[in-house]
Amino acid sequence: MDMWTVLEYAAWALSALFALLMLSDMVRIDTTYDNDLLTSSREGEIEAAAERHTL
Amino acid sequence: MVDTKTASGQPERLQLLRVLGPAHIWALGVGIVLVGEYMGWNFAVGKGGMIAGLIACWVAGLLYTCVAMIDSEVTSTVAAAGGQYAQAKHIVGPLMAFNVGLFLVMAYTMLEAANAITIGFLLDTVAGMQGHTGLHQQPFIVLCVMFLAWLNYRGVLATLTFNLVITAIAFMAIIALFLSVQFGVSSVPLDFSAVTTDPMPYGWIGILASLHFGLWYYLGIEGTCQAAEEVRSPARSLPYGTMAGIMTLLIAATMTWYVCSGLIPWEYLGQAGTPLFDAARVTGNRGLMVLLFIGTMFSTLASANGCINDASRAWFSMGRDRYLPIWFGAVHPVYRTPYRSIIFLVPIALIFALGAPLDQVVTFSILSGLLGYTFMTFNMVMFRRKWPLDTIKRGYVHPMHPLPTIVLLILCATAYVAVFLGYGTQLIAMVSFYIIASLWFHFRRYRYVRRGDQFTMPWPRPEGY
Repeated sequence: MDMWTVLEYAAWALSALFALLMLSDMVRIDTTYDNDLLTSSREGEIEAAAERHTL
Repeated sequence: MVDTKTASGQPERLQLLRVLGPAHIWALGVGIVLVGEYMGWNFAVGKGGMIAGLIACWVAGLLYTCVAMIDSEVTSTVAAAGGQYAQAKHIVGPLMAFNVGLFLVMAYTMLEAANAITIGFLLDTVAGMQGHTGLHQQPFIVLCVMFLAWLNYRGVLATLTFNLVITAIAFMAIIALFLSVQFGVSSVPLDFSAVTTDPMPYGWIGILASLHFGLWYYLGIEGTCQAAEEVRSPARSLPYGTMAGIMTLLIAATMTWYVCSGLIPWEYLGQAGTPLFDAARVTGNRGLMVLLFIGTMFSTLASANGCINDASRAWFSMGRDRYLPIWFGAVHPVYRTPYRSIIFLVPIALIFALGAPLDQVVTFSILSGLLGYTFMTFNMVMFRRKWPLDTIKRGYVHPMHPLPTIVLLILCATAYVAVFLGYGTQLIAMVSFYIIASLWFHFRRYRYVRRGDQFTMPWPRPEGY
């Protein structure tokens, strides 16, 4: 088995690892936190507090 | 479930983190685009000859300078994730916003897929140079998408700092090649004789057709706006990063045309897969070859990385406003990233990266981008009419309004003709797709949108309302 064949297998393994890391974390977060909290973001909030649009 | 109340008893809210500076904005914009210098732009030379490549470079440069100026002004007041989507929502209306959001997601996801395909192609080339034939590109394509998605998932600061480093190296590689050739490192002298002997091999129609690929030099610089909600000082950093980005690209594009056109005969340059790397090979200097190969890889990675960042922000914003299911509008409580949107777009990018031809994927991206630029023209006019200069504080005011808008509209119309010449069927198919999506949004989806909740910017009432 030459280097490139080994790299192909390594790429598959790393891809699976990154996918697993993301999916497991997403499941953990979704089961730990309330969905209302996770989707509570509002645009422009910090803008409203920090820099009002007045001249 | 964890407690969701703050000390004061108010419900806690999760927001994207404001941690970015102007350098990250530069890295996001230039990072997405610089791959266009390393590959793709040279098909403009194939369409119309050496002069056409330069005309396309500067005409497209003018188009994108208008885009950068207009975007800088509007986005310095609409500091929200989603960029042009948020602009359209506030200035034009929901249906336009939905379409612009789709343009953005499609443009960036397709470009991400194209970059992943390119990574696979580059590694296949290297393997072939080392005597390994029949490399399976799929694992490297998948790894590219997965690694960058994971990086984006973990936080925006690390993601765009990574982009800053690899984009800077890729840009310096172009400068190094230019200086090396100027100071005689190349074993082959620069030759521009085709400018006089064969200036326009396909006439003016060739010049027009070349504009399609001239867009590659700068496609994606408008992506800087997507970071608006995560930058520390939006009114200052966004215009600064965007304008610095377009200046960088104008320099890089002109140097790229100069070096490649001088070293490689235009007949070959017009078909080259990796023109800058090929130019380095022509010089015969091994150090330059290695440097430009690294630059090609880094620019491709930076582009895919920025595309994941931008597509996920646009998708997240649409979910947050319920233009899409609210599930997509979630923010990670630790990393403060739109984690569900990032994960959702991974399989879509992979489907296109593994199953579609490169030129189709890139054309779909270009056309979506072009539709977005067309939107910017009337968006800018409406913005100045509804909120004149003395009503909203702007971080940047672009000069000579409405001249840049008119120039942008004319150049967009010309680019549509150029694209139609080569990819008319795709253009019609894609416009049909957006019309069907618009009908779905109007008749099926808009009923779920909370009309008042989507407008949260503390703007004054528009003129005439």
